Amino acid sequence: MHDPGGVGIEGYLTVSAILLAIGAVGIIVNRRNVIIVLMSIELMLLAASINFVAFSAHLQDMVGQIFAVFVLTITAAEAAIGVAILVCFYRKHGSISVENVNAMKG
Amino acid sequence: MYAAILLLPLLGAIIAGFMHRVVTDQGAIFISTGMTAFTAVLSWIVFFTFQPGDPSVELFRWIASGELETFWSIRVDRLTSVMLVVITTVSTLVQIYSIGFTRDGDHPDPTENFQGSARSRFFACLCFFTFAMLALVTGDNLLQIFFGWEGVGFASYLLIGFWFRKSSAGSAAIKAFVVNRVGDFGLLLGLFGLFHLTGSLMLDDVFADAEKLAEINTAFLGMDVQALELICLLLFVGACAKSAQFLLHTWLSDATEGPAPVTALIHSATMAAAGVFLVCRMSPLFDLAETALLVMTIIGAVTAVFAASIGSVQTDIKRVIAYSSCAQIGYMFAAAGAGVYQAAMLHMFAHAFFIALLALGAGSVVRSMQRERDMRRMGGLKSRLPVTYWMMIIGTLAVTGIGVPLLHIGVPIGVSGFISKGMIIQAVFVGQNAFAVAAFGLLVLGVVMTSFLSWRLIFMTFHGTSHADQDALDGVHDGPQVMRWPLYVLAAGAVLAGMAFYGSFVGNDANAWWGGAMANAQMIEQNGETTSVLEAARAVPIWVKVSPFLAMLLGFALSYWFYIANPDHPKALAERYRPLYLFLQRKWYFDPLYNFLFIRPALWLGQAFWQRGDRSILDGFLNGTAMWFVPLMTRVAGRMQSGFLFHYALVMLIGVSALITWFAIGGGG
Repeated sequence: MHDPGGVGIEGYLTVSAILLAIGAVGIIVNRRNVIIVLMSIELMLLAASINFVAFSAHLQDMVGQIFAVFVLTITAAEAAIGVAILVCFYRKHGSISVENVNAMKG
Repeated sequence: MYAAILLLPLLGAIIAGFMHRVVTDQGAIFISTGMTAFTAVLSWIVFFTFQPGDPSVELFRWIASGELETFWSIRVDRLTSVMLVVITTVSTLVQIYSIGFTRDGDHPDPTENFQGSARSRFFACLCFFTFAMLALVTGDNLLQIFFGWEGVGFASYLLIGFWFRKSSAGSAAIKAFVVNRVGDFGLLLGLFGLFHLTGSLMLDDVFADAEKLAEINTAFLGMDVQALELICLLLFVGACAKSAQFLLHTWLSDATEGPAPVTALIHSATMAAAGVFLVCRMSPLFDLAETALLVMTIIGAVTAVFAASIGSVQTDIKRVIAYSSCAQIGYMFAAAGAGVYQAAMLHMFAHAFFIALLALGAGSVVRSMQRERDMRRMGGLKSRLPVTYWMMIIGTLAVTGIGVPLLHIGVPIGVSGFISKGMIIQAVFVGQNAFAVAAFGLLVLGVVMTSFLSWRLIFMTFHGTSHADQDALDGVHDGPQVMRWPLYVLAAGAVLAGMAFYGSFVGNDANAWWGGAMANAQMIEQNGETTSVLEAARAVPIWVKVSPFLAMLLGFALSYWFYIANPDHPKALAERYRPLYLFLQRKWYFDPLYNFLFIRPALWLGQAFWQRGDRSILDGFLNGTAMWFVPLMTRVAGRMQSGFLFHYALVMLIGVSALITWFAIGGGG
């Protein structure tokens, strides 16, 4: 079993899980800034990417790393779109506070 | 030709009913009347050229399902040809009469007139009535007969309720329909039974199996009963309702709510006769069912007295005639019960003429009196309505049975009622069933009462002093020619039909003449030798032969004494025997009784289903769902939609975690 740096797969998975949790909590707890939401999403995606890479290395399979690259590209695109929306949003509302965004309230 | 007889009235009904805008009301009336008249001519041709043994005419294949295969075909035999003549002739005359009768569209009462397209609607219904009755009598299988049976019921509903804006007419129509439904249920059970046991509804197949049916038993309502008796009794229930016999008679007197020509048609040729026809048509079965025949005799004889007793105290001129007709049909059933279907048919033939005559005559009286139907407000109309008066006299003579007793020049000499009723009474006298003697007594009593009530009608309406307003009297005159001629023809029929057809219907060669269309008159043992009932009936003692005549004279004398000699007497008598008078006046309290026994419980049940079942449970469930549960859930769901992104994210996260946990634990298997 390949084990770079003497760190087991568990370590990678733990880091990834922590990152995911931080991201999720960041979305849920954050009440002010939409940018933080975007950043939290990035974090969660990174957590997924780390999983991909870790398993790829662990299973000696390159497909996981290729996927990680894809995920990174898509993340970039998604961040661009997110920021673009934010700009529009800011022009319309004059703020980017999440607390004021509840147009979908039932 | 047979197909034309059957279908032309239907064509007339369709044209008059649906195309009266195209052909105009006037055109609709003449086309429909013309169709019926042409049919009548064809029927008479058939009647005279018919030879026993002509094959039935098959029109098309009707219903084929499993073992059941029925064709729409016209049964060609003597019974059919006789019925064709009766139906089409009376219908034609009634329609011609209606041309005049309906020509008063400006009658002030908006609920009782023939304004607008009502005239063509009326003629369409009359034509349809004729068609339905023709379908009934020409049926070659029981399903077809049932079709005609229901068609007649439907047409009678339309016509009794013709003046549908009048609530009494509406309820009378419903009553007729519902009471007939009771009978139809019996008839249907009979048909089911026949199909179950013989596997066919074709008349020929059924008749061929009659003997077999007489030997087997079948289960009915958990009892083991004789199959043939059961079927015949069930069929008889149907016949009872249609012919308004005792216990199922209640619709008949209300049926007079329709216009007078409808009354004439219903009572003489198209509806009330259907029951008698059914019994005669199924006579090969009935002939082997002794109990059914016994029941039939009892019901017939009881009806004869019962209906006449009610008719004797009614004051509505049309109701009196309705009850008189009901009593006459009782005679027919009594005759059929005694096994002389031929005499029943002769009486039906005669009855069609004289009851149509009386009903149309009464219609003329009512029309000239501005729709006044109460005889107590008539009187002294003889000089103002001479034609109607004399025609009604002829009708009354025919129904009461005037003739020369004991004189026999080839045929008995007398009006049709005299001959046919005499034949029935004599036949019942010699009949061998257990009720025959009692039936004989009842029927003679019925003659007294019929005579009494018929003459009472004449005396109250046409004789004595007038009780109407002078204003109303000024307009009273006989109807136009078009209303008189049908009366003349019917009067001729009422006088001559008996003498003309005695030989054929019930004479020495009757069995050959009927050619097996009905069961032959029953053979009975008398003085050690076997003779047919018809032969025996002609050889009854003299006192039996003269008894109906004497009974008729007695009725006439009573009526004369009550209403001409002592006009105050009936009132005094009614006062003194008030309970009896009320008992008769209120029709033996049958309506309140049925009201209590059937209508109230049915209404209660309906109310319960409506209020509890429908409104509380079904509507309550639906309304509760739509107006309480769904809004509640909407409100709950709405409150959950905070619109904040992080709430959605949290819920999504919880959901995803739950799903993953579920799969991880092994639920996804």
